[in-house]
Amino acid sequence: MDATQSGAQDVVKRHHILTRIWHWLNAIFATILLMSGLMIFNAHPQLYWGEFGARGDYAWLQIDDTRTTGFVRIGSARVETTGVLGLSLDSNDKVRRVAFPGWATIPTHYSLAAARRWHFAFAWLFALGLTAFMLGSLVNGHIRKDLHVRRAEWSVANIWKDIKNHAQLRFNHAHGTYNILQKLAYIGLIFVVLPTMILTGITMSPALNAAWPWLLDLFGGRQSARSLHFIAAAMMALFVVIHLVMVLLSGPIKGVRSMITGRHAATSETGQDGERP
Amino acid sequence: MTDGRKFMRRRDLLRGATLGSGALILSGCDALNENATFRSALRAVDSLNQMTHRSLMDRAALAPEFAPSDISPVFKTNGSVIATSAEYLAHLQNGFADWRLRVDGMVANPLVLGLDALRAMPVRTQITRHDCVEGWSAIAQWQGTPLRLLLQQARVSSRAKYIVFHCADDYGALPYYESIDLADAYHPQTILAWGMNGETLPVKYGAPIRLRVERQLGYKQAKYVMRIEATDDLTKFHGGKGGYWEDVGDYAWYAGI
Repeated sequence: MDATQSGAQDVVKRHHILTRIWHWLNAIFATILLMSGLMIFNAHPQLYWGEFGARGDYAWLQIDDTRTTGFVRIGSARVETTGVLGLSLDSNDKVRRVAFPGWATIPTHYSLAAARRWHFAFAWLFALGLTAFMLGSLVNGHIRKDLHVRRAEWSVANIWKDIKNHAQLRFNHAHGTYNILQKLAYIGLIFVVLPTMILTGITMSPALNAAWPWLLDLFGGRQSARSLHFIAAAMMALFVVIHLVMVLLSGPIKGVRSMITGRHAATSETGQDGERP
Repeated sequence: MTDGRKFMRRRDLLRGATLGSGALILSGCDALNENATFRSALRAVDSLNQMTHRSLMDRAALAPEFAPSDISPVFKTNGSVIATSAEYLAHLQNGFADWRLRVDGMVANPLVLGLDALRAMPVRTQITRHDCVEGWSAIAQWQGTPLRLLLQQARVSSRAKYIVFHCADDYGALPYYESIDLADAYHPQTILAWGMNGETLPVKYGAPIRLRVERQLGYKQAKYVMRIEATDDLTKFHGGKGGYWEDVGDYAWYAGI
């Protein structure tokens, strides 16, 4: 399928080459960062607010075990999570008392030193990639043309209409334009969540605390930065889940193909073909 | 029965496919993790991080200091909580009266100092945050002798690149040691602490003296320091990577992250 044999369908250029390269590289980098990050979390599976926090101080989040059961505690709410979080079986059916199970971490076995090396190496690639994508998207007009929320879109009626459309699994983005919820999700991820990941990560470095002490003030201390790093990672993971569900619901083959080739067979207004109702 | 079995089979197939693709990614990462070339590429990032940090800040840029009200109510102990050598235990019994710190290696003027001599030198007091590589932090007040004063007195050779700290404690079966470069060794906040939170440094925190190198992680903060050695080569000590955890756990020698 290419532009020359388009009959009833218009083939439009949808994704810029920069967007496509960044998308797939970032999919790899973010996965590695998430999984090595979960291993690093396993080394001390508690989160705190403020400057300090260790065993003995109050943790707002804890993923731990009682030797026989695994649990997650957030504030005073406690949920048993045996088998997945806190306490789980490895591939040899051995009990492992770790927050996140081996299938979710890099490496599979417990190694804080190895996970840190993976994490810090891919953090460079991730940060450089995000910066290049942001600057490139400013230059090639991706931000202005596709992500910029126009004044007319900022109406309660429009947002409500879009929420209803999503709730009814009707995704109408004719000719490659994003609807308001899509725009807000992408803007939130690219300009809020991902930069927060990088900045809170940097704030945990004792050396960079000496170089840029204002980062500690910005996030409210090292342990707050660690908590926010974890929360931002959870939001990133949530974004990915919603993103994948949306791709599945709106025509996964066309979606993936357009993110590879950049071309997209646009559909008529009824949206019968690519973006399934 | 047949339907059930068919259903089971399909479910197993689906589950197998899902687990299989996940396992493929994971085993791929695990295989990479064991690959020597990949590991050395990852290890190169340690030096990149150090170079970046050093270029981003002044040599003397200070780690944040805190108010007395910020001090952690409980400072978690980690690593050894006592040194068990007969020599150390004898010093402990004796209140470290005969304990002597040696400063030697690539120095023009080797030193041998007792605790009183150390305490008689100019003192630095700082309230700083201790960050464990595991992720937790604790804040305490440290009081001690700036390391640079000792190094100046010992007249460290211009060929020396590192300062090695030999400790009295074994961790596991191996002696604990650590090392830092000269930028950190001459840093104003790098002290040999003999006081903590207004008291004499307790044994579990490294008595009689421990290193505080405030821009790096906890495993660099060597306790029970007995001897300080200037050198131009870290490979000749123990495992050759410049520190106990670097040798045993493959942690990065530069612990600024």
